[in-house]
Amino acid sequence: MKVRTLITTAAFGLAAVAAAYAAEPQEMRQEMMKKVGGATGAMAKMVKGEADFDQAKVIEALTTISETMAGFPAQFPEGSETGMDTEAAPAIWTNMDDFKKKSMALKTDADAAIANPPADLDGLKTVFGPLTKNCGACHETYRLKKEG
Amino acid sequence: MTSPSGKHEQPASKGAGRFIIGGLLVAAVVGAGVFWFVTAPRPLDQERLVAIEAVDADPGRGETIFWAGGCASCHAADGAEGEDRKVLSGGHRLTSDFGTFVVPNISPDPDAGIGRWSLADFSNAMLAGVSPSGGHFYPSFPYGSYVRMTDQDVADLFAYLGTLPPSDQANAAHELKFPFSIRRLVGGWKFLFFNDAPRVELADGDDQLKRGQYLVEGPGHCGECHTPRNFLGGFRSNEWLAGAPNPEGKGVVPNITPGGPDVSGWSASDIAYYLESGFTPDFDSVGGSMVDVQKNMAELEASDREAIAAYLKAVPSRPNGY
Repeated sequence: MKVRTLITTAAFGLAAVAAAYAAEPQEMRQEMMKKVGGATGAMAKMVKGEADFDQAKVIEALTTISETMAGFPAQFPEGSETGMDTEAAPAIWTNMDDFKKKSMALKTDADAAIANPPADLDGLKTVFGPLTKNCGACHETYRLKKEG
Repeated sequence: MTSPSGKHEQPASKGAGRFIIGGLLVAAVVGAGVFWFVTAPRPLDQERLVAIEAVDADPGRGETIFWAGGCASCHAADGAEGEDRKVLSGGHRLTSDFGTFVVPNISPDPDAGIGRWSLADFSNAMLAGVSPSGGHFYPSFPYGSYVRMTDQDVADLFAYLGTLPPSDQANAAHELKFPFSIRRLVGGWKFLFFNDAPRVELADGDDQLKRGQYLVEGPGHCGECHTPRNFLGGFRSNEWLAGAPNPEGKGVVPNITPGGPDVSGWSASDIAYYLESGFTPDFDSVGGSMVDVQKNMAELEASDREAIAAYLKAVPSRPNGY
């Protein structure tokens, strides 16, 4: 039993490592942004009244955002400036410190909300606005609309 | 066969030479006259100015026009947030194919800003692109859109701007390439492209659609970035809102006609929600210059965002303009 668990875990681990190596940073960061978008959408549906408030789901979404953003700025190594429909702006590589700071601001806000989770819909609304301001604050400078 | 004229032709006499030179001179003078006439700055007529003066202006309503018009996006300091977006000190640099425009101070400071302007001065700027000293403004100041604004909205906006904090920041000169540095040539641009005609004809629009058309084509000046231009800086015909290359560098400004690849699946309420929150239907977020525009749109009444959405669903679909 234990051996089987070990083998399974190892296999999954290897698969994850393989996937990580297979994906180029451009694809990795696009996937990460989609994850953050999905988590944001789950909360936005509650804010818009399209879904019922659910604290567990809010915490889950905030956790996804926090964990994803922790690894996000590392996905912009030298050499990944172009290709694969990237919408990353050249300004990222000339202002890497500011770019990292803006990425981390979203993580910090998500962490603060996890530490003090909203108890009801009004609480979520209070958190949601400032949290998602981070999206535009970074995209304004560091994201380009690609052709197509 | 020899040519019927050719070598037998008489050399031009002195009289004929003088005639030709005289003719060229006349043509040059007439040409200069036509140029001077065509490119002359034309302020509003007295009748319109009187009508605007007669309006009962309300600064409260003017704030709505301020956000709809996106004044802060260019005239507030770069990176300004919150209440600082109401300090219209200028200084933002707008890059374009014609050179860099440096946005002026339009705060109520009497020396650095527009504190000494009359309502007539302001109306001439907004609706005719003419400065208080009688010269042309460059159309980077989007009076090509603002020309559609009502007397009421112009007067209300002027009243509102007067309530904002003054800034004593001095204006910097534009850095334009020759020949665009010749301000008089703006008269040629106006002759070719400047009018208050609707950008699109919408059959039987209801009030909401008309409101949307007014906001988008007038104060909102959406087409200034979302419509592709020809080499003279005029909108290419039949490509209203079809998207354009990003004037500030790489990338594009999206096609926002109903067939545009980014927005074709969006409902009117998706568009309204995007303008309110900055989120697309799949919770991607707004980027680039639109971040600031969206902040302005978020300040409007929900009904105005819904009107803009209704209009954007009603305009003719166009292939990408970039």
